[in-house]
Amino acid sequence: MLRVTGAKKTYPGKPPAMALDGAELRLAAGEWLALLGPNGAGKTTLVRSIAGRVRLDGGEIELGGVRLDRANAEARGVLGIVPQDLALHPRLTAAENLRAFGALHGVPRRELGERARWALDWTGLTDRAGTRVDTFSGGMKRRLNIACGVLHRPTVVLLDEPTVGVDPQSRERIWIMLAELRAGGAALLLTTHQLDEAQRVADRIAIIDRGRTIADGTFDALVARTLGAERKISIALDAPLGGDPPSGCALDPARRTASRAVSDVGTELAALLAELARRGARVADVTIERPSLHAVFIALTGRELRE
Amino acid sequence: MTWAKHLGTIVWIDLVTLSRDRVTLLLTFALPIAFFSIFVGIFGSSLSGGGMSKVTVALVDEDGSASSARFVQALEREASLRIVRAPKDRLLTPFTRAEIAQLVKDGDASVGVVILAGFGASFPNLDFSGASAAPAVEILADSQANPIAPQVVAGLMQKAAMMGAPDLMIENGIGLFEKHSGALTPEQRKRFDAWLPALRESLANGSGSGSEAEGSTEAASPAMSGLVAVRVVNVQRDHASDWDAFVAFQVAQTAVMFLLFSLAGAAGSLLEEQESGTLDRTLGSRVGMTGLLVGKWLGMAAVGLAQLAVMFLWAWRPFGLELFTPHHLAGWALVSVATAAAGAGFGMVLATACRTRGQLSGVSTIVILVMSAVGGSMFPRFLMSEGLQRIGLVTFNAWALDGYRKVFYDHAPLWRLWPQLAVLSGLTVVFLVAARFLARRWEQA
Repeated sequence: MLRVTGAKKTYPGKPPAMALDGAELRLAAGEWLALLGPNGAGKTTLVRSIAGRVRLDGGEIELGGVRLDRANAEARGVLGIVPQDLALHPRLTAAENLRAFGALHGVPRRELGERARWALDWTGLTDRAGTRVDTFSGGMKRRLNIACGVLHRPTVVLLDEPTVGVDPQSRERIWIMLAELRAGGAALLLTTHQLDEAQRVADRIAIIDRGRTIADGTFDALVARTLGAERKISIALDAPLGGDPPSGCALDPARRTASRAVSDVGTELAALLAELARRGARVADVTIERPSLHAVFIALTGRELRE
Repeated sequence: MTWAKHLGTIVWIDLVTLSRDRVTLLLTFALPIAFFSIFVGIFGSSLSGGGMSKVTVALVDEDGSASSARFVQALEREASLRIVRAPKDRLLTPFTRAEIAQLVKDGDASVGVVILAGFGASFPNLDFSGASAAPAVEILADSQANPIAPQVVAGLMQKAAMMGAPDLMIENGIGLFEKHSGALTPEQRKRFDAWLPALRESLANGSGSGSEAEGSTEAASPAMSGLVAVRVVNVQRDHASDWDAFVAFQVAQTAVMFLLFSLAGAAGSLLEEQESGTLDRTLGSRVGMTGLLVGKWLGMAAVGLAQLAVMFLWAWRPFGLELFTPHHLAGWALVSVATAAAGAGFGMVLATACRTRGQLSGVSTIVILVMSAVGGSMFPRFLMSEGLQRIGLVTFNAWALDGYRKVFYDHAPLWRLWPQLAVLSGLTVVFLVAARFLARRWEQA
């Protein structure tokens, strides 16, 4: 559906700022791709270049099999763009913003009312349809910001940090909205710093750093590639365990929690529980932890500050 | 031209946005009215005043005497007058009275001066009693378009008579003295007759007179009964009142200046949208930069036209401007549409040239105030020096004000508005092309 190959972009200045250095990206129809990266890694430049707002120095962008350039900018009509900024007209009402951006994106006049009503319902803003946007909370503006980008029913939606600066309730609502979009058949390209949520919702994850795509795959594939397939199991005990720790385990200072990394959870956990039972220990709780996307991200990009 | 389908949306967004921006609404409609009212209040009771640097005088000498020739020479030496006696394409054939009257009506000469037949017989007039009331000179003037010039020229004529022909003045003075006090003694007559040729010789050599004599303006007598008996003839095209002309002049000055302020402010929405990311989103839609700029320009021009309408309606009621005549309405519409279009284009140039709203505010204030001062929005251009008047022609204000002047002062036929309409339309195109060029930086990084 969307393919970016060898994208290069350097902004002029003293010194010039290299934003993209051969970045690659692909997005299949109906897929949800999380594009991650440290600040300044090139995420926004990559999204803006797909949207036609940044002219690449090199590389290609294909959308629906069509190579995008200035001559066929109309091909971008299938794109929905949700910018990081709250790009709304603050003195217009929610409904007026929806109608305006819908019209600018080519929604037929006779359908504008119906689409706006759908969007208001979708965003939970029906009762604020006639309220000026400059009186909205951050979360309300964020939801409306998304709606204005998808009113024309795009098949590919670019979302640049759509949940930044909103409360958990609004964020949860936004994830539900995006899931509904995807269920409707749209492919979503999402940039975010909310790694736990990206891990939860995305089909695939691409990580970009210093203008290059350094990882691309499912979460499990990224974990396997960076941290291996091991899981950490922790067993909480009713009473302090005497004697040596169980085989391969570490005991906490209170000697009430034994933990270890395992590559085969089923076999190794069963053996460990059997050993504890033999030693008379009563198990209170068992926790199995898989590596987080956060750990993968740090493993791939390091801890060095980028700004 | 897919963008053309979306112009209505762009216009609608801007109009709704404006309608909800109280500060901009106040700036657009209330503040200009307040300014205009204040100006009328301050200057309404004194329709004349101020100085002038050079007055163009179209002159015809119907007397053709030696005295009239010397009088004309004296006028030509006046640094503050430019005497024109024949058209440029017909230098050997002097103007006729009808021709100079037309020049005044058309605004091509500040006043016309007709030296009437018989001037030489009564020049200089030293009978200040008013008994010889027959005028020797007529000043053809449009007292509404330029109320200052005829008075200044009349005063300078007295000075010219005093400084340009002292020998005649003395000769006539002695005659008047003998008439009322008895004849000179033979010895006095002999000495006087011997001195007079010497005086004339020195005058002929250029040592006996000068137009730059100190205190000369203070020496001028009242215009109607001085050394030169003058009659001012109003050659204005119609009978509009001085008040009507004054109100029209004031409202045009004020409206054009505030039009620029409000349109520059409105164009700042481009910068607000750029800062908020809305511009980026709009450009990512189907409208594109050209459509966006044209849409914004249309919306701003509509607002500017509304502002001009409100101002002139306010001048109509309560200030009594004669607005609702077919000629005035048609002329107002033509000039106002052209003015609003050019003003909107000017605002677009300022906005696209600036980086931030704050920068736009500062730059536009300075540029507009300077343009307004030079272009006649603060001070009538006909009272400015020639150099400033020429500089004023590069400003938007001067052409707009000239257009309104032709409609409301000169009552010129509408076709005579073509230079103003052509220049304002040309400026509109130039402004829009410049704005489009400057806006390229927002199109793609």
